Amino acid sequence: MSTQTATQAKGAAPPGQFRRLPMHWLGVVPFAAFVLLFLILPTMKIVIGAFQTPDGGFTLANVSGLFTSSILAAYWISIKISFTSAILGCLIGFAMAAAVVLGGLPRAIRGPLLTFSGVASNFAGVPLAFAFLATLGPVGLVTVFLRSELGIDLRLLGFNILSFWGLTITYLFFQIPLMILIITPALDGLKREWREAASILGATNAQYWRLVAFPILLPSLLGTLALLFANAFGAVATAIALTGSSLNIVPILLFAQIRGDVLGDPHLGYALAFGMIVVTGIANAIYIWLRARSERWLK
Amino acid sequence: MKRLWAWAALIIGLLYFILPLVGMTNFSLKMRRGEYSFDAYAKVFADSRFHETFSYSVWMALLTIIFGVFLVVPTAYWVRLKLPFLRPYIEFITLLPLVIPAIVIVFGYIRLYNTSSWLPLTGSYVGTDILLVFGYATLSLPYMYRAVDTGLRTIDVTTLTEAAQSLGAGWVTIIGRIILPNVTVAVMSGAFVTFAIVMGEFTMAALLNKPAFGPYMQLLGANRAYEPAALAVIAFGITWACLGLMQLVSRLQKTPQRPV
Repeated sequence: MSTQTATQAKGAAPPGQFRRLPMHWLGVVPFAAFVLLFLILPTMKIVIGAFQTPDGGFTLANVSGLFTSSILAAYWISIKISFTSAILGCLIGFAMAAAVVLGGLPRAIRGPLLTFSGVASNFAGVPLAFAFLATLGPVGLVTVFLRSELGIDLRLLGFNILSFWGLTITYLFFQIPLMILIITPALDGLKREWREAASILGATNAQYWRLVAFPILLPSLLGTLALLFANAFGAVATAIALTGSSLNIVPILLFAQIRGDVLGDPHLGYALAFGMIVVTGIANAIYIWLRARSERWLK
Repeated sequence: MKRLWAWAALIIGLLYFILPLVGMTNFSLKMRRGEYSFDAYAKVFADSRFHETFSYSVWMALLTIIFGVFLVVPTAYWVRLKLPFLRPYIEFITLLPLVIPAIVIVFGYIRLYNTSSWLPLTGSYVGTDILLVFGYATLSLPYMYRAVDTGLRTIDVTTLTEAAQSLGAGWVTIIGRIILPNVTVAVMSGAFVTFAIVMGEFTMAALLNKPAFGPYMQLLGANRAYEPAALAVIAFGITWACLGLMQLVSRLQKTPQRPV
Protein backbone atom coordinates (compact mmCIF):
# COMPACT_ATOMS: atom_id res chain seq x y z
CA MET A 1 0.00 0.00 0.00
CA SER A 2 1.00 3.58 -0.21
CA THR A 3 2.23 3.51 3.38
CA GLN A 4 4.79 0.88 2.49
CA THR A 5 5.86 2.77 -0.57
CA ALA A 6 6.51 5.81 1.53
CA THR A 7 8.63 4.00 4.08
CA GLN A 8 10.50 1.88 1.56
CA ALA A 9 11.13 4.66 -0.86
CA LYS A 10 13.73 6.41 1.27
CA GLY A 11 16.74 5.50 -0.85
CA ALA A 12 15.69 4.74 -4.42
CA ALA A 13 12.54 6.48 -5.57
CA PRO A 14 10.26 4.11 -7.49
CA PRO A 15 8.65 5.55 -10.59
CA GLY A 16 5.19 5.97 -9.08
CA GLN A 17 6.37 8.14 -6.18
CA PHE A 18 6.36 11.47 -7.91
CA ARG A 19 2.74 11.12 -8.81
CA ARG A 20 1.79 10.18 -5.26
CA LEU A 21 3.88 12.73 -3.42
CA PRO A 22 1.47 15.66 -3.87
CA MET A 23 -1.27 13.57 -2.26
CA HIS A 24 0.90 13.06 0.81
CA TRP A 25 1.51 16.75 1.11
CA LEU A 26 -2.21 17.50 1.04
CA GLY A 27 -2.43 16.13 4.60
CA VAL A 28 -0.45 18.99 6.08
CA VAL A 29 -2.09 21.72 4.02
CA PRO A 30 -4.62 22.78 6.72
CA PHE A 31 -1.89 23.03 9.32
CA ALA A 32 0.45 24.84 6.96
CA ALA A 33 -2.30 27.27 5.96
CA PHE A 34 -3.16 28.00 9.59
CA VAL A 35 0.43 28.53 10.63
CA LEU A 36 1.08 30.70 7.59
CA LEU A 37 -2.00 32.88 8.09
CA PHE A 38 -1.95 33.24 11.86
CA LEU A 39 1.69 32.95 12.84
CA ILE A 40 4.13 33.49 9.99
CA LEU A 41 2.39 36.19 7.94
CA PRO A 42 1.43 38.38 10.94
CA THR A 43 5.03 38.23 12.14
CA MET A 44 6.36 38.94 8.66
CA LYS A 45 3.98 41.88 8.41
CA ILE A 46 5.61 43.36 11.51
CA VAL A 47 9.15 42.62 10.35
CA ILE A 48 8.55 44.05 6.88
CA GLY A 49 6.60 46.99 8.30
CA ALA A 50 9.63 47.86 10.40
CA PHE A 51 11.55 48.56 7.18
CA GLN A 52 8.80 50.34 5.28
CA THR A 53 7.81 53.94 4.79
CA PRO A 54 4.07 54.71 5.07
CA ASP A 55 3.76 54.48 1.27
CA GLY A 56 5.59 51.15 1.06
CA GLY A 57 9.16 52.05 0.15
CA PHE A 58 12.21 50.60 1.91
CA THR A 59 13.66 52.58 4.78
CA LEU A 60 15.89 52.20 7.81
CA ALA A 61 14.39 55.28 9.43
CA ASN A 62 11.95 53.27 11.61
CA VAL A 63 14.67 51.13 13.11
CA SER A 64 16.98 54.08 13.60
CA GLY A 65 13.99 55.87 15.14
CA LEU A 66 14.30 53.36 18.00
CA PHE A 67 17.56 54.98 19.02
CA THR A 68 15.96 57.84 20.89
CA SER A 69 16.63 58.17 24.56
CA SER A 70 13.14 57.23 25.79
CA ILE A 71 12.82 54.08 23.64
CA LEU A 72 16.38 53.01 24.36
CA ALA A 73 15.65 53.52 28.05
CA ALA A 74 12.60 51.27 27.73
CA TYR A 75 14.66 48.53 26.09
CA TRP A 76 17.40 48.95 28.66
CA ILE A 77 15.01 48.65 31.65
CA SER A 78 13.29 45.67 30.00
CA ILE A 79 16.59 43.94 29.40
CA LYS A 80 17.77 44.69 32.95
CA ILE A 81 14.57 43.33 34.53
CA SER A 82 14.58 40.25 32.29
CA PHE A 83 18.25 39.60 32.92
CA THR A 84 18.09 40.11 36.69
CA SER A 85 15.01 37.94 37.08
CA ALA A 86 16.60 35.30 34.82
CA ILE A 87 19.86 35.25 36.85
CA LEU A 88 18.08 35.13 40.21
CA GLY A 89 15.59 32.59 38.86
CA CYS A 90 18.47 30.39 37.72
CA LEU A 91 20.35 30.63 41.02
CA ILE A 92 17.36 30.07 43.31
CA GLY A 93 15.81 27.44 41.06
CA PHE A 94 19.13 25.64 40.87
CA ALA A 95 19.55 25.74 44.65
CA MET A 96 16.07 24.30 45.17
CA ALA A 97 16.45 21.61 42.51
CA ALA A 98 19.90 20.68 43.81
CA ALA A 99 18.54 20.51 47.35
CA VAL A 100 15.89 18.05 46.28
CA VAL A 101 17.93 15.97 43.82
CA LEU A 102 21.36 15.90 45.50
CA GLY A 103 20.79 17.14 49.04
CA GLY A 104 19.50 13.88 50.43
CA LEU A 105 15.96 15.10 51.06
CA PRO A 106 13.19 12.51 51.13
CA ARG A 107 12.22 11.49 47.61
CA ALA A 108 8.58 12.10 48.44
CA ILE A 109 9.19 15.88 48.10
CA ARG A 110 10.15 15.61 44.46
CA GLY A 111 6.80 14.82 42.85
CA PRO A 112 4.86 17.57 44.63
CA LEU A 113 7.64 20.10 43.98
CA LEU A 114 7.61 19.37 40.25
CA THR A 115 3.81 19.45 40.13
CA PHE A 116 3.79 22.76 41.98
CA SER A 117 6.46 24.11 39.62
CA GLY A 118 4.30 23.17 36.66
CA VAL A 119 1.40 25.13 38.12
CA ALA A 120 3.42 28.11 39.31
CA SER A 121 5.29 28.53 36.03
CA ASN A 122 1.89 28.94 34.38
CA PHE A 123 0.49 31.24 37.05
CA ALA A 124 1.57 34.43 35.34
CA GLY A 125 -0.29 37.45 34.14
CA VAL A 126 -2.90 39.55 35.88
CA PRO A 127 -3.66 37.32 38.92
CA LEU A 128 0.04 37.01 39.74
CA ALA A 129 0.30 40.79 39.90
CA PHE A 130 -2.69 40.87 42.28
CA ALA A 131 -1.09 38.25 44.50
CA PHE A 132 2.06 40.33 44.85
CA LEU A 133 0.16 43.55 45.38
CA ALA A 134 -1.67 41.83 48.23
CA THR A 135 1.65 40.68 49.67
CA LEU A 136 4.25 43.38 49.06
CA GLY A 137 1.99 46.29 48.13
CA PRO A 138 1.53 49.29 50.46
CA VAL A 139 -1.01 47.42 52.63
CA GLY A 140 0.15 43.91 51.72
CA LEU A 141 0.59 41.06 54.17
CA VAL A 142 4.38 41.16 54.39
CA THR A 143 4.62 44.96 54.30
CA VAL A 144 2.17 45.33 57.19
CA PHE A 145 3.77 42.52 59.17
CA LEU A 146 7.25 44.00 58.83
CA ARG A 147 6.03 47.45 59.80
CA SER A 148 3.86 46.55 62.78
CA GLU A 149 5.80 43.59 64.22
CA LEU A 150 9.41 44.35 63.37
CA GLY A 151 9.29 48.08 62.80
CA ILE A 152 10.77 47.81 59.31
CA ASP A 153 9.16 50.18 56.84
CA LEU A 154 9.79 48.86 53.33
CA ARG A 155 8.82 52.19 51.86
CA LEU A 156 11.46 54.03 53.87
CA LEU A 157 13.99 51.46 52.66
CA GLY A 158 13.14 52.57 49.14
CA PHE A 159 11.20 49.46 48.15
CA ASN A 160 8.16 49.91 45.98
CA ILE A 161 6.24 47.08 44.30
CA LEU A 162 5.73 49.31 41.24
CA SER A 163 9.42 49.48 40.50
CA PHE A 164 12.33 47.62 39.00
CA TRP A 165 12.78 45.34 42.00
CA GLY A 166 9.06 44.91 42.52
CA LEU A 167 8.64 43.64 38.98
CA THR A 168 11.75 41.47 39.24
CA ILE A 169 10.55 39.81 42.45
CA THR A 170 7.15 39.20 40.88
CA TYR A 171 8.64 37.69 37.72
CA LEU A 172 10.63 35.28 39.88
CA PHE A 173 7.36 33.56 40.71
CA PHE A 174 7.26 32.02 37.25
CA GLN A 175 11.00 32.08 36.58
CA ILE A 176 12.12 29.88 39.49
CA PRO A 177 9.62 27.06 38.77
CA LEU A 178 10.60 27.05 35.10
CA MET A 179 14.24 26.67 36.13
CA ILE A 180 13.33 23.82 38.49
CA LEU A 181 11.38 22.06 35.73
CA ILE A 182 14.25 22.30 33.27
CA ILE A 183 17.26 21.75 35.51
CA THR A 184 15.96 18.77 37.51
CA PRO A 185 16.37 16.35 34.57
CA ALA A 186 19.85 17.78 33.99
CA LEU A 187 20.80 17.16 37.63
CA ASP A 188 19.37 13.66 37.36
CA GLY A 189 21.64 13.16 34.38
CA LEU A 190 24.76 13.59 36.52
CA LYS A 191 25.89 9.99 36.69
CA ARG A 192 27.00 8.41 39.92
CA GLU A 193 29.94 6.85 38.08
CA TRP A 194 31.40 10.27 37.29
CA ARG A 195 31.53 11.20 40.93
CA GLU A 196 32.97 7.82 41.86
CA ALA A 197 35.54 7.99 39.09
CA ALA A 198 36.52 11.50 40.22
CA SER A 199 36.90 10.49 43.85
CA ILE A 200 38.90 7.38 42.94
CA LEU A 201 41.29 9.65 41.09
CA GLY A 202 41.60 11.67 44.29
CA ALA A 203 39.29 14.60 43.58
CA THR A 204 37.73 16.45 46.48
CA ASN A 205 34.07 17.33 46.47
CA ALA A 206 34.87 20.89 45.36
CA GLN A 207 37.10 19.64 42.58
CA TYR A 208 34.40 17.28 41.37
CA TRP A 209 31.95 20.16 41.15
CA ARG A 210 34.37 22.58 39.57
CA LEU A 211 35.97 20.24 37.04
CA VAL A 212 33.27 17.64 36.28
CA ALA A 213 29.73 18.52 37.22
CA PHE A 214 29.80 22.24 36.53
CA PRO A 215 31.22 22.01 32.99
CA ILE A 216 28.61 19.36 32.17
CA LEU A 217 25.79 21.47 33.56
CA LEU A 218 27.05 24.75 32.12
CA PRO A 219 25.27 24.50 28.74
CA SER A 220 22.01 23.65 30.51
CA LEU A 221 22.44 26.52 32.94
CA LEU A 222 23.27 29.11 30.28
CA GLY A 223 20.57 27.78 27.97
CA THR A 224 17.94 28.03 30.67
CA LEU A 225 19.19 31.51 31.48
CA ALA A 226 18.50 32.52 27.87
CA LEU A 227 15.06 30.91 27.98
CA LEU A 228 14.13 32.66 31.24
CA PHE A 229 15.35 35.94 29.78
CA ALA A 230 13.06 35.60 26.75
CA ASN A 231 10.24 34.49 29.03
CA ALA A 232 10.45 37.65 31.11
CA PHE A 233 11.07 39.92 28.15
CA GLY A 234 7.81 38.99 26.46
CA ALA A 235 5.67 39.16 29.62
CA VAL A 236 3.06 41.86 29.16
CA ALA A 237 0.09 41.14 31.37
CA THR A 238 1.96 40.90 34.68
CA ALA A 239 3.70 44.19 34.06
CA ILE A 240 0.56 46.05 33.02
CA ALA A 241 -1.55 44.71 35.87
CA LEU A 242 1.17 45.48 38.38
CA THR A 243 2.41 48.89 37.35
CA GLY A 244 -0.25 50.23 34.99
CA SER A 245 1.84 52.39 32.72
CA SER A 246 4.12 53.84 35.39
CA LEU A 247 7.14 51.75 34.42
CA ASN A 248 8.61 52.44 31.00
CA ILE A 249 9.35 48.94 29.65
CA VAL A 250 9.09 47.74 26.06
CA PRO A 251 5.99 45.48 26.30
CA ILE A 252 4.02 48.24 28.07
CA LEU A 253 5.20 50.81 25.56
CA LEU A 254 4.20 48.54 22.66
CA PHE A 255 0.82 47.85 24.27
CA ALA A 256 0.14 51.57 24.58
CA GLN A 257 1.38 52.12 21.02
CA ILE A 258 -1.00 49.50 19.57
CA ARG A 259 -3.89 50.89 21.60
CA GLY A 260 -3.40 54.55 20.85
CA ASP A 261 -0.28 55.25 18.83
CA VAL A 262 1.51 57.01 21.71
CA LEU A 263 4.69 57.30 19.64
CA GLY A 264 2.80 59.22 16.97
CA ASP A 265 4.17 57.03 14.17
CA PRO A 266 2.61 53.62 13.32
CA HIS A 267 5.78 52.40 11.67
CA LEU A 268 7.81 53.12 14.76
CA GLY A 269 5.45 50.63 16.44
CA TYR A 270 6.48 47.99 13.90
CA ALA A 271 10.11 48.73 14.65
CA LEU A 272 9.47 48.44 18.40
CA ALA A 273 7.83 45.02 17.92
CA PHE A 274 10.61 43.99 15.55
CA GLY A 275 13.13 44.84 18.27
CA MET A 276 11.27 42.54 20.66
CA ILE A 277 11.40 39.68 18.15
CA VAL A 278 15.13 40.25 17.68
CA VAL A 279 15.84 40.16 21.42
CA THR A 280 13.71 37.09 22.19
CA GLY A 281 14.88 35.45 18.98
CA ILE A 282 18.54 35.79 19.94
CA ALA A 283 17.85 34.52 23.47
CA ASN A 284 15.98 31.49 22.13
CA ALA A 285 18.62 30.74 19.52
CA ILE A 286 21.19 30.63 22.33
CA TYR A 287 18.88 28.32 24.30
CA ILE A 288 18.36 25.90 21.39
CA TRP A 289 22.05 25.83 20.54
CA LEU A 290 23.15 25.22 24.15
CA ARG A 291 20.44 22.63 24.72
CA ALA A 292 21.69 20.62 21.78
CA ARG A 293 25.15 20.73 23.36
CA SER A 294 23.96 19.71 26.81
CA GLU A 295 21.87 16.81 25.51
CA ARG A 296 25.02 15.00 24.47
CA TRP A 297 25.70 14.25 28.13
CA LEU A 298 22.20 13.52 29.26
CA LYS A 299 21.42 10.49 27.17
CA MET B 1 25.40 19.33 57.28
CA LYS B 2 24.59 18.98 53.61
CA ARG B 3 21.06 17.97 54.45
CA LEU B 4 20.70 21.06 56.62
CA TRP B 5 21.64 23.30 53.69
CA ALA B 6 19.29 21.41 51.44
CA TRP B 7 16.38 21.90 53.83
CA ALA B 8 17.25 25.57 54.25
CA ALA B 9 17.34 26.16 50.47
CA LEU B 10 14.06 24.36 49.99
CA ILE B 11 12.23 26.04 52.84
CA ILE B 12 13.37 29.56 51.99
CA GLY B 13 12.40 28.92 48.38
CA LEU B 14 9.01 27.58 49.31
CA LEU B 15 8.41 30.51 51.65
CA TYR B 16 8.77 32.81 48.65
CA PHE B 17 6.07 30.86 46.84
CA ILE B 18 3.70 30.43 49.74
CA LEU B 19 3.73 34.03 51.01
CA PRO B 20 2.08 35.59 47.92
CA LEU B 21 -0.55 32.85 47.93
CA VAL B 22 -1.22 33.44 51.62
CA GLY B 23 -1.09 37.18 51.03
CA MET B 24 -3.72 37.18 48.30
CA THR B 25 -6.00 34.78 50.16
CA ASN B 26 -5.69 36.80 53.35
CA PHE B 27 -6.32 40.06 51.52
CA SER B 28 -9.34 38.67 49.68
CA LEU B 29 -10.98 37.87 53.02
CA LYS B 30 -10.44 41.28 54.64
CA MET B 31 -13.06 43.38 52.89
CA ARG B 32 -15.12 43.75 56.05
CA ARG B 33 -13.24 45.83 58.58
CA GLY B 34 -11.83 43.93 61.54
CA GLU B 35 -12.97 40.43 60.65
CA TYR B 36 -12.58 37.82 57.95
CA SER B 37 -15.46 37.49 55.53
CA PHE B 38 -16.26 36.32 52.01
CA ASP B 39 -17.61 39.76 51.08
CA ALA B 40 -15.11 40.27 48.28
CA TYR B 41 -16.08 36.95 46.73
CA ALA B 42 -19.79 37.76 47.11
CA LYS B 43 -19.16 41.10 45.36
CA VAL B 44 -17.30 39.38 42.54
CA PHE B 45 -19.91 36.69 42.05
CA ALA B 46 -22.71 39.26 42.12
CA ASP B 47 -21.06 41.27 39.34
CA SER B 48 -22.81 40.52 36.07
CA ARG B 49 -19.66 41.36 34.12
CA PHE B 50 -17.85 38.61 36.02
CA HIS B 51 -20.37 36.09 34.69
CA GLU B 52 -20.25 37.54 31.19
CA THR B 53 -16.48 37.64 30.88
CA PHE B 54 -15.98 34.32 32.66
CA SER B 55 -18.42 32.44 30.45
CA TYR B 56 -17.06 34.22 27.38
CA SER B 57 -13.56 32.98 28.23
CA VAL B 58 -14.84 29.47 28.96
CA TRP B 59 -16.51 29.42 25.52
CA MET B 60 -13.36 30.72 23.88
CA ALA B 61 -11.32 28.07 25.67
CA LEU B 62 -13.64 25.27 24.56
CA LEU B 63 -13.67 26.52 20.95
CA THR B 64 -9.89 26.81 21.02
CA ILE B 65 -9.56 23.26 22.32
CA ILE B 66 -11.94 21.87 19.67
CA PHE B 67 -10.20 23.79 16.91
CA GLY B 68 -6.78 22.77 18.25
CA VAL B 69 -7.72 19.09 18.30
CA PHE B 70 -9.05 19.26 14.74
CA LEU B 71 -5.89 21.01 13.63
CA VAL B 72 -3.23 19.14 15.55
CA VAL B 73 -4.36 15.49 15.74
CA PRO B 74 -4.71 14.86 11.97
CA THR B 75 -1.53 16.80 11.26
CA ALA B 76 0.60 15.07 13.89
CA TYR B 77 -0.81 11.70 12.78
CA TRP B 78 -0.21 12.38 9.12
CA VAL B 79 3.32 13.59 9.69
CA ARG B 80 4.17 10.50 11.71
CA LEU B 81 2.61 8.22 9.11
CA LYS B 82 3.61 9.70 5.80
CA LEU B 83 6.02 12.57 6.18
CA PRO B 84 8.31 11.66 9.08
CA PHE B 85 11.13 13.75 7.63
CA LEU B 86 8.99 16.84 8.23
CA ARG B 87 8.81 16.27 11.99
CA PRO B 88 11.75 18.43 13.06
CA TYR B 89 10.48 21.33 10.94
CA ILE B 90 6.92 21.07 12.22
CA GLU B 91 8.23 20.81 15.76
CA PHE B 92 10.27 23.96 15.22
CA ILE B 93 7.24 25.82 13.86
CA THR B 94 5.07 24.75 16.79
CA LEU B 95 7.67 26.17 19.18
CA LEU B 96 7.68 29.58 17.48
CA PRO B 97 4.79 30.96 19.59
CA LEU B 98 7.11 30.62 22.59
CA VAL B 99 9.71 32.75 20.81
CA ILE B 100 7.51 35.43 19.28
CA PRO B 101 5.79 37.37 22.09
CA ALA B 102 1.99 37.20 22.01
CA ILE B 103 1.80 40.98 21.81
CA VAL B 104 3.73 40.93 18.54
CA ILE B 105 1.50 38.21 17.05
CA VAL B 106 -1.69 40.08 17.88
CA PHE B 107 -0.15 43.31 16.59
CA GLY B 108 0.37 41.48 13.30
CA TYR B 109 -3.27 40.30 13.31
CA ILE B 110 -4.55 43.82 13.83
CA ARG B 111 -2.49 45.18 10.97
CA LEU B 112 -2.92 42.20 8.61
CA TYR B 113 -6.66 41.64 9.01
CA ASN B 114 -7.84 45.22 9.37
CA THR B 115 -11.01 46.47 7.72
CA SER B 116 -9.29 47.45 4.48
CA SER B 117 -7.48 44.13 4.00
CA TRP B 118 -8.48 41.08 1.92
CA LEU B 119 -9.71 39.26 5.04
CA PRO B 120 -11.30 41.97 7.24
CA LEU B 121 -11.60 39.88 10.40
CA THR B 122 -11.23 42.83 12.77
CA GLY B 123 -14.16 44.56 11.12
CA SER B 124 -16.96 42.50 12.69
CA TYR B 125 -17.75 41.13 16.13
CA VAL B 126 -17.74 37.50 14.99
CA GLY B 127 -14.59 38.17 13.01
CA THR B 128 -12.63 39.23 16.09
CA ASP B 129 -14.01 36.20 17.96
CA ILE B 130 -12.62 33.96 15.23
CA LEU B 131 -9.35 35.86 15.27
CA LEU B 132 -9.13 35.46 19.05
CA VAL B 133 -9.76 31.69 18.86
CA PHE B 134 -7.05 31.41 16.20
CA GLY B 135 -4.73 33.51 18.35
CA TYR B 136 -5.34 31.30 21.38
CA ALA B 137 -4.85 28.21 19.21
CA THR B 138 -1.50 29.67 18.16
CA LEU B 139 -0.49 30.35 21.77
CA SER B 140 -1.40 26.81 22.85
CA LEU B 141 0.15 25.18 19.77
CA PRO B 142 3.47 24.32 21.47
CA TYR B 143 1.69 22.51 24.31
CA MET B 144 -1.02 20.87 22.21
CA TYR B 145 1.29 19.62 19.49
CA ARG B 146 3.87 18.27 21.89
CA ALA B 147 1.24 16.47 23.97
CA VAL B 148 -0.41 14.84 20.94
CA ASP B 149 2.91 13.94 19.32
CA THR B 150 4.10 12.30 22.55
CA GLY B 151 0.82 10.42 22.72
CA LEU B 152 1.21 9.19 19.14
CA ARG B 153 4.67 7.86 19.98
CA THR B 154 3.16 5.36 22.42
CA ILE B 155 0.94 3.75 19.75
CA ASP B 156 1.92 1.95 16.58
CA VAL B 157 0.44 4.35 14.05
CA THR B 158 1.41 2.41 10.94
CA THR B 159 0.03 -0.95 12.07
CA LEU B 160 -3.20 0.57 13.32
CA THR B 161 -3.68 2.39 10.03
CA GLU B 162 -3.00 -0.66 7.92
CA ALA B 163 -5.30 -2.80 10.04
CA ALA B 164 -8.08 -0.24 9.73
CA GLN B 165 -7.52 0.16 6.00
CA SER B 166 -7.62 -3.57 5.38
CA LEU B 167 -10.99 -3.59 7.10
CA GLY B 168 -12.15 -0.89 4.71
CA ALA B 169 -11.93 2.23 6.90
CA GLY B 170 -11.50 5.63 5.28
CA TRP B 171 -9.27 8.41 6.58
CA VAL B 172 -12.01 10.09 8.61
CA THR B 173 -12.87 6.82 10.32
CA ILE B 174 -9.22 6.07 10.99
CA ILE B 175 -8.49 9.44 12.57
CA GLY B 176 -11.82 9.82 14.37
CA ARG B 177 -12.39 6.27 15.60
CA ILE B 178 -8.93 4.69 15.76
CA ILE B 179 -6.28 7.36 16.34
CA LEU B 180 -8.19 9.89 18.44
CA PRO B 181 -9.44 7.36 21.06
CA ASN B 182 -5.89 6.06 21.37
CA VAL B 183 -4.47 9.48 22.18
CA THR B 184 -7.36 10.76 24.32
CA VAL B 185 -5.12 11.05 27.35
CA ALA B 186 -2.59 13.14 25.44
CA VAL B 187 -5.31 15.30 23.92
CA MET B 188 -6.78 15.88 27.35
CA SER B 189 -3.49 16.97 28.85
CA GLY B 190 -3.05 19.41 25.96
CA ALA B 191 -6.64 20.59 26.45
CA PHE B 192 -6.12 21.36 30.16
CA VAL B 193 -3.07 23.51 29.47
CA THR B 194 -4.97 25.29 26.71
CA PHE B 195 -7.85 25.94 29.08
CA ALA B 196 -5.54 27.40 31.71
CA ILE B 197 -3.79 29.61 29.14
CA VAL B 198 -7.01 30.95 27.65
CA MET B 199 -8.67 31.67 30.99
CA GLY B 200 -5.79 33.88 32.15
CA GLU B 201 -4.84 35.41 28.80
CA PHE B 202 -4.85 39.19 28.79
CA THR B 203 -2.83 40.70 25.94
CA MET B 204 -4.64 39.32 22.90
CA ALA B 205 -8.14 39.79 24.29
CA ALA B 206 -7.37 43.33 25.45
CA LEU B 207 -5.87 44.43 22.14
CA LEU B 208 -8.73 42.88 20.15
CA ASN B 209 -11.20 44.58 22.54
CA LYS B 210 -12.94 41.37 23.57
CA PRO B 211 -14.88 41.02 26.84
CA ALA B 212 -12.67 38.20 28.17
CA PHE B 213 -11.79 37.28 31.74
CA GLY B 214 -8.19 38.55 31.60
CA PRO B 215 -9.02 42.16 30.64
CA TYR B 216 -11.88 42.13 33.15
CA MET B 217 -9.47 41.16 35.94
CA GLN B 218 -7.08 43.90 34.87
CA LEU B 219 -9.86 46.50 34.80
CA LEU B 220 -11.09 45.48 38.24
CA GLY B 221 -7.52 45.57 39.53
CA ALA B 222 -7.13 49.16 38.41
CA ASN B 223 -10.33 50.25 40.20
CA ARG B 224 -10.90 48.10 43.30
CA ALA B 225 -8.92 46.95 46.30
CA TYR B 226 -10.21 43.64 47.62
CA GLU B 227 -12.04 42.08 44.67
CA PRO B 228 -8.84 41.63 42.63
CA ALA B 229 -7.37 39.47 45.39
CA ALA B 230 -10.51 37.33 45.33
CA LEU B 231 -10.19 37.06 41.53
CA ALA B 232 -6.54 36.07 41.91
CA VAL B 233 -7.56 33.27 44.27
CA ILE B 234 -10.19 32.10 41.77
CA ALA B 235 -7.72 32.28 38.89
CA PHE B 236 -5.11 30.38 40.86
CA GLY B 237 -7.74 27.76 41.62
CA ILE B 238 -8.49 27.39 37.90
CA THR B 239 -4.80 27.11 36.98
CA TRP B 240 -4.22 24.64 39.79
CA ALA B 241 -7.23 22.51 38.82
CA CYS B 242 -6.33 22.46 35.12
CA LEU B 243 -2.68 21.63 35.57
CA GLY B 244 -3.33 19.27 38.46
CA LEU B 245 -5.77 17.35 36.27
CA MET B 246 -3.23 17.42 33.47
CA GLN B 247 -0.53 15.91 35.67
CA LEU B 248 -2.97 13.29 36.87
CA VAL B 249 -3.99 12.43 33.33
CA SER B 250 -0.44 12.30 32.02
CA ARG B 251 0.53 10.04 34.88
CA LEU B 252 -2.14 7.65 33.61
CA GLN B 253 -0.40 7.75 30.26
CA LYS B 254 2.93 6.58 31.67
CA THR B 255 1.67 3.00 31.65
CA PRO B 256 2.65 1.84 28.17
CA GLN B 257 -0.40 1.43 25.97
CA ARG B 258 0.98 -0.78 23.26
CA PRO B 259 -1.89 -2.01 21.15
CA VAL B 260 -1.93 -5.79 20.92
